[in-house]
Amino acid sequence: MSLTNETIKARLIDKFGDQVSHFEEPYGMLTFEAPKDLNLKVMQFLYDDPELHFQFLTDLCAVHYPGQPGRELAVVYHLHNLVENIRIRFKVFIPVLAPDVYTATSLFSSANWMERETYDFYGVNFLGHPNLKRILNVDEMDYFPMRKEYPVEDQTRIDKDDDMFGR
Amino acid sequence: MISIHKNLNNMARPVRFNNNPIPADTKDHISVADMPDGYGGEGFFATRLSDVVGLARKNSIWPLPFATSCCGIEFMATMASHYDLARFGAERLGFSPRQCDLLMVMGTIAKKMGPILKQVYLQMAEPRWVIAVGACASSGGIFDSYSVLQGIDQIVPVDVYVPGCPPRPEAILDGFIRIQDLVGQESLRRRTSDRYKTLLESYGIQ
Repeated sequence: MSLTNETIKARLIDKFGDQVSHFEEPYGMLTFEAPKDLNLKVMQFLYDDPELHFQFLTDLCAVHYPGQPGRELAVVYHLHNLVENIRIRFKVFIPVLAPDVYTATSLFSSANWMERETYDFYGVNFLGHPNLKRILNVDEMDYFPMRKEYPVEDQTRIDKDDDMFGR
Repeated sequence: MISIHKNLNNMARPVRFNNNPIPADTKDHISVADMPDGYGGEGFFATRLSDVVGLARKNSIWPLPFATSCCGIEFMATMASHYDLARFGAERLGFSPRQCDLLMVMGTIAKKMGPILKQVYLQMAEPRWVIAVGACASSGGIFDSYSVLQGIDQIVPVDVYVPGCPPRPEAILDGFIRIQDLVGQESLRRRTSDRYKTLLESYGIQ
């Protein structure tokens, strides 16, 4: 019997009860959400289980929803089962004032740089990360660019020559 | 109907293509380097040293291709046989700044790449020239953002800018020809002059 979205959903609800929620299937990919304290437990369960076998972390990124107070930043994990070719998406919502999530580097080595990129652009603090510092932007940058809290044109920018480009 | 074996009668080489080669049209179409102005006679020629040195330098520039993105692909096309940068003396591209005359910056330079570009520029020996190929190297291009350096002239002095996104190989060749003009007419004392020193000081280069 091959693995389907229904079986995965049933196994997750079996194990975690109502802590996993918001099951959706956009474009056929099962998507669910869990509280931030359980992210490692859920991923460990999906990793170790011989039937589920989600042992490849494809992507780790974040989304900023400024209109949802208390749940502004979503950390999104994309997991892949290489044997059955099934992908799932797992989201964890965290408030922007205390953006702490446990790191997945102990489970997936690829999470190392992906979490650094997520920190660089969204400011998500991964607890227990071996080397959490900026990876793509200059080290002196003091803001998180991909958050949606900046005006379209920064009136105080100094890196562009006003004589030549005019404003 | 031309059979594929026709050419064996007059050429005796068994090929399928280029059976009727077009003769090369080189009458009046080959340019040689012009002699600089001077006074010559039987066995001697007197001219200014800077003219001769400029002539030699401009026809043997060794470029360093600092190709970052799409303009680098256009540069590859320029180096290839159709547009051929080697005609202008730039046959040998060096990838070590210690051995090169011309730093060709082709492509988007991020702010994180800026110090690295400056390091490469500092390692070049005088006389050195810089050409900014493409919109991104000249001014940041369409990437008006927090991560892209808005023109490499914020960190290194640039001699020629080639606009375009990407510039056609002909445009890159045009920029290269203008660099050649600059090289040919440069005074031998320019690099030790005060004006050049103040220019470098303004970039923070001693």
